[in-house]
Amino acid sequence: MDFLVSQTHISPFYLMIIGFIIGIFGGFFGVGGSFLAGPALFAMGVPMNFVVGTDLAHIVGKSIVAAKKHRALGNVDLKLGFIMVIGTIAGVEVGAQGIEWLKHLGRANVDQVVGIAFVVVLISISAFVAWESWQTIKMQRDREREAEMSGIGVRTLGAKEDESAFEHISRKIHGIKLPPMIRLRVSGIERVSLWAILLVAFVGGVFSGFLGGGAGYIRMPSMVYLLGVPTHVAVGTDLFEIVISASYGTLTHAIKGNVDIMIALVMHTGAAIGAQIGAASTEYFRGPKIRLAFVPLPLIGAAIVIYSLLSGKHLK
Amino acid sequence: MEEKPTHAARSFLIELMLYAGLVVVYVFVVIAFLGNWLDALYEHHKIRYAFAALLLIVGQGVVLETVTTILLRLIRRRRD
Repeated sequence: MDFLVSQTHISPFYLMIIGFIIGIFGGFFGVGGSFLAGPALFAMGVPMNFVVGTDLAHIVGKSIVAAKKHRALGNVDLKLGFIMVIGTIAGVEVGAQGIEWLKHLGRANVDQVVGIAFVVVLISISAFVAWESWQTIKMQRDREREAEMSGIGVRTLGAKEDESAFEHISRKIHGIKLPPMIRLRVSGIERVSLWAILLVAFVGGVFSGFLGGGAGYIRMPSMVYLLGVPTHVAVGTDLFEIVISASYGTLTHAIKGNVDIMIALVMHTGAAIGAQIGAASTEYFRGPKIRLAFVPLPLIGAAIVIYSLLSGKHLK
Repeated sequence: MEEKPTHAARSFLIELMLYAGLVVVYVFVVIAFLGNWLDALYEHHKIRYAFAALLLIVGQGVVLETVTTILLRLIRRRRD
């Protein structure tokens, strides 16, 4: 099928299958799936500036489905979501302006700079989440072993309860007294500085505007490790917030000429059903296991981008 | 008890096949039809293109979610 806006030719079945796979991952991990969608589109010969903008558009439609499901499960902290939207939108615009600057330097520069940035970010995120998840699981096992030896019972966490090896970091951030201080009841956070939330959102927005997608791979770990939001609430809230901020990202990138909405529409047809499957599955897994299962995905995306950049070849 | 997972898996597969069929028809009839119009809008009216793009993806999101929900209910009703 010919996609006239981006001047590419891609099989619609490929796009639908990619969308389906990304939909499942997106609904499960609460991320938009751009760590796979972006590389998959780039591998098909879509210019990087269109990858960035089109992926943002695609996740708007997909995230509506998944966010609604998570809202029904009680996983969305609306207050946190609306505050984060403000920071994210500012960050998205900064990222989008970065793409425009690179476009002036030529397509090769956009592809190379964004591609390399993608690879670095994806590998870093994967490594960090793997390390943290393993630390948390080890911590839980040590505690259970100690309890067995001492004969005292250990309270096991419920399916929706969570813990992290980085709780001390989020506690320190909660201790920063920079008003206004916000209480997040749904997330179980007594107080945290509004500026901490806005900063986390802004950084995520920059990644979103520059690399495409919702940058959930940055924002979700930041919400869990830095703000101390339980993983299942981070998943749902991230999806909710993406709907709004990615809508803005879609508009700004489309006006700048970086969105091929036809590609997004076709990819989304597969994602719609995948997202429902993924979202329902979070009922059965606890935080560290969700995070550990997330680890290989950014690496797959990084591998696809590296292959496309080095070989100059595209899958057809 | 063992029958329930089998029924659930069968319902899901039926839903998936029906959905896949509908989606293929939708992509080749509806979306392909929009191609030229969207390209013209992109070339000459970027702001209108931006809003059209957003409305299309949001509208499709709502429609597809409704379709999958209805399909699932229909299949479960027939099974029960």
